[in-house]
Amino acid sequence: MSIEVRELYAGYGERDVLEACNVRLERGEVLGVIGPNGAGKSTLVRVLTRRLTPRSGRVTVDGRPLARFGRLDLARALAVVPQVPELPAGYTVRDLVAMGRTPHLGLLRAEREQDRRAVLRALHATDTASLARRDATRLSGGERQRVVLARALAQEPRYLLLDEPTNHLDLRYQVEMLAYTRQEVDRGIGALVVLHDLNLAARFCDRLAVLQGGRVVAQGPPEAVLTAALVSRVYGTDVDVHAVDSRPVVLPRLPRSGGSLES
Amino acid sequence: MVLSLAALGVVVVAAASVGSVKVEPGALLSAVADGVRGQVHGPVDTIVWQLRLPRVLLAALVGSALALAGAAFQGVFRNPLADPYLLGAASGAGFGASAVLVLAGSVPWLTWLGVPGAAFACAMATVGAVMLLARRDGGLPVVSLILAGVVLGSSLSAATSFLMLAARDRAAGILSWLLGSFAFASWERVLTVVPLLVPAAALLLLAGRALDVMQLGEESAAQLGVPVERVRLVLLAAATLATAAAVAVAGVIGFVGLVVPHAVRLAFGPRHVRLLPLSAVWGAIFLVLADLCARTVLAPAELPVGIVTALVGGPFFLLLLRRQRGA
Repeated sequence: MSIEVRELYAGYGERDVLEACNVRLERGEVLGVIGPNGAGKSTLVRVLTRRLTPRSGRVTVDGRPLARFGRLDLARALAVVPQVPELPAGYTVRDLVAMGRTPHLGLLRAEREQDRRAVLRALHATDTASLARRDATRLSGGERQRVVLARALAQEPRYLLLDEPTNHLDLRYQVEMLAYTRQEVDRGIGALVVLHDLNLAARFCDRLAVLQGGRVVAQGPPEAVLTAALVSRVYGTDVDVHAVDSRPVVLPRLPRSGGSLES
Repeated sequence: MVLSLAALGVVVVAAASVGSVKVEPGALLSAVADGVRGQVHGPVDTIVWQLRLPRVLLAALVGSALALAGAAFQGVFRNPLADPYLLGAASGAGFGASAVLVLAGSVPWLTWLGVPGAAFACAMATVGAVMLLARRDGGLPVVSLILAGVVLGSSLSAATSFLMLAARDRAAGILSWLLGSFAFASWERVLTVVPLLVPAAALLLLAGRALDVMQLGEESAAQLGVPVERVRLVLLAAATLATAAAVAVAGVIGFVGLVVPHAVRLAFGPRHVRLLPLSAVWGAIFLVLADLCARTVLAPAELPVGIVTALVGGPFFLLLLRRQRGA
């Protein structure tokens, strides 16, 4: 049971952003997607949600080609926590989380008992139940992001895609987001998380996929992937990698004054 | 919702009894009963059944159509300043109506079409043209829709102004049509709009959840399985049908489609599941009251109802906005 991406080419206009991209996401694991800006991380998410049609390659979800999914079918399989979520003013947290039931209800049917249960579970899983009646636009950034995660969980998806879910959050909320994600993965879904922070990625992900120029240049457990040589090459800046708790920690190396010409 | 419907009932009854001749509730009831049985006799029966009732009903229908269309437009464009005329329905209808008023004598098929027919046809044609012009790669981007609507709308308004200048003796007639009026209300008109309004309104009333999800933005709505482009096209078409039908029988009545949904949103919250039906009810209430003012304030003369909606609706709305801020 997995999402498989094989030899994927995709891009905008004439330009290919993803070239021969190969990624696999199993259920029950958190896969971190890292890489410098413009490497194709968000493009990969856009292909998986069918906002972008690939030029070639094969994408399957649980063995079924992505293109063969019906609109609602796909929304029941994949849920997305977007990079910049829009929350319209005046809606309560519960209203917004309940919108996650749309793939199960269609546009006309009214909420059923099972929908109310799913909404309630999503609220509890993200500790937003106490905020249920609040106007979501009046919450803090961290709370808002939890609401968006709750909406995705209310979809009861088999896979979660999180596109830089920790952007603009302070450390506590970053850790929180990933902890809630981990909790859901332990219940059996798969999560693909696009992350900028390498140490956060090393700490929370079971496997990492490193994108550079549209290709996956390394894929595997954090300690195997995050070597000083690879990170220095991919990001174009010198780093040291240490191990803490058997997880790699990446520290950038400062260029010594006047030292850039030596060595 | 129940209270709002009750309020509508009260307003309709009140508006039917008030006028140059006051009608007691009992007499009103028996006049309606006589009318339904097709036995209209006596002055009270005639006033109530032939004049007041169709007028009040038409105002209610037009008011709810405009408010419902306005709520749908605001939801589709995710902009509270959108109104049913945003895509050129008003300028199209205005042009059609003035063409008939000026040229009908010399062009026989225009006479046959009549002012309402021409207004309806031109409103639909204008919005249709705007949608065709705004198409990009099979999609219907919001910005090009609004731009095409505004530009085509101002061209048609210019053409209308030209017609008014070219035929100065008809200018007053055109202007009063442009400002909207229910003075020509009749059962016939009520029965012409009903078959257009009912399907359009039914469709819009079913769109609550779709519009709510679309407030999350196109991308998120699509990820939740909503066919955003298709829903947008269907809703704009339905709202335009309702608007064109309303404009055809009553002229271009401004402000209802903008203010009523906005006021309902401030009072009852933004969820479209409630916003749409409540807008329909309060649009009816608002326009019935506005028309009551239009025919009583300067009686026996009449004001164009569009002037009343703007004069009364504007300050009322500002008040509401201020109270909301204070709360």
